[in-house]
Amino acid sequence: MQFESFADFLNMGGYAFYVWLSFGVTFLAMGIIAIQSFSKHRDLLKQVVVEKERKARIKKARQQQQDNT
Amino acid sequence: MWKWLHPYAKTERAYQLCLTLQPWFWVGALACLSVGTVWGLAFAPQDYQQGDSFRIIYIHVPSAILSMGTYVAMAIAALVGMVWQWRTAYMSMIAMAPIGAVMTFIALFTGAAWGKPMWGAWWVWDARLTSELILLFLYMGVIALYGAFEDKQQAGKAAGVMALVGVVNIPIIHYSVEWWNTLHQGATISKFDNPSIAPEMLWPLLINLLGFAFFIGAVITVRLRNEIVLREMHRPWVQALAMNKALNQQPGDAATASLKEGS
Repeated sequence: MQFESFADFLNMGGYAFYVWLSFGVTFLAMGIIAIQSFSKHRDLLKQVVVEKERKARIKKARQQQQDNT
Repeated sequence: MWKWLHPYAKTERAYQLCLTLQPWFWVGALACLSVGTVWGLAFAPQDYQQGDSFRIIYIHVPSAILSMGTYVAMAIAALVGMVWQWRTAYMSMIAMAPIGAVMTFIALFTGAAWGKPMWGAWWVWDARLTSELILLFLYMGVIALYGAFEDKQQAGKAAGVMALVGVVNIPIIHYSVEWWNTLHQGATISKFDNPSIAPEMLWPLLINLLGFAFFIGAVITVRLRNEIVLREMHRPWVQALAMNKALNQQPGDAATASLKEGS
């Protein structure tokens, strides 16, 4: 450990603001893109299901219409 | 010689490959980033001139190097797409662009936060900084151009041309510190025969570099799968996959409920 105490570590030799700002923004940006990628994946799979069902409903309705005429 | 690569032009094989690689990338990223960051922040010795502010190097240098590395990878994917007409190539290209842009943003931001205490300015219109900013614009241009076309194969071609032309910027970024008089310091670790950094400072840097690379790989595997699902939405295997996922989810979910009703 390069620092005497935890408070010393947080202080970063007087550069606390710049160091923690950099690390904070970096991991925040990485977290956001990771979460966004995963949530998009979930949405897309849901969209596939919805789309498939819509197609099935349209097909069914067409069938019924044909049967009625 | 390259024949083993051909099956991966099929989207289904590419999807499976992403699924296989993904957990390793996430584990590697988590392990390397936590070790490298803690080591760099708490255990690496202070810089004799810059004190503790130099610790920003542990995220600045890896993100800067990999912002260029990702760009080259993206341009190679664009070239493959253009020459061999692989659809998966353009999909990988567009999967890489956002994470590359994030890396460029991180490099620029941490550079600014490091520049303020060391140079006295958040930003200067210096060759290295400006060329890296152009890299960010190139990434955004590729993403925007791809999004502007309805036909995604056409979009891939247009964005691919832009990605390829932008490669010119990569050597400019790399050599900017030598070609122009600049505030930015010269290369530190790419001179392997005589690195100008102490080994106890260098190790955490290399570990973090590996961690960032794993992270980028992990995000690409997720985004490439997204792109494949989006483009192959009407293919039976994608629909089977989505159905499977929906059925395995907890009840109460809207999609699941309608599914059970339908069947």
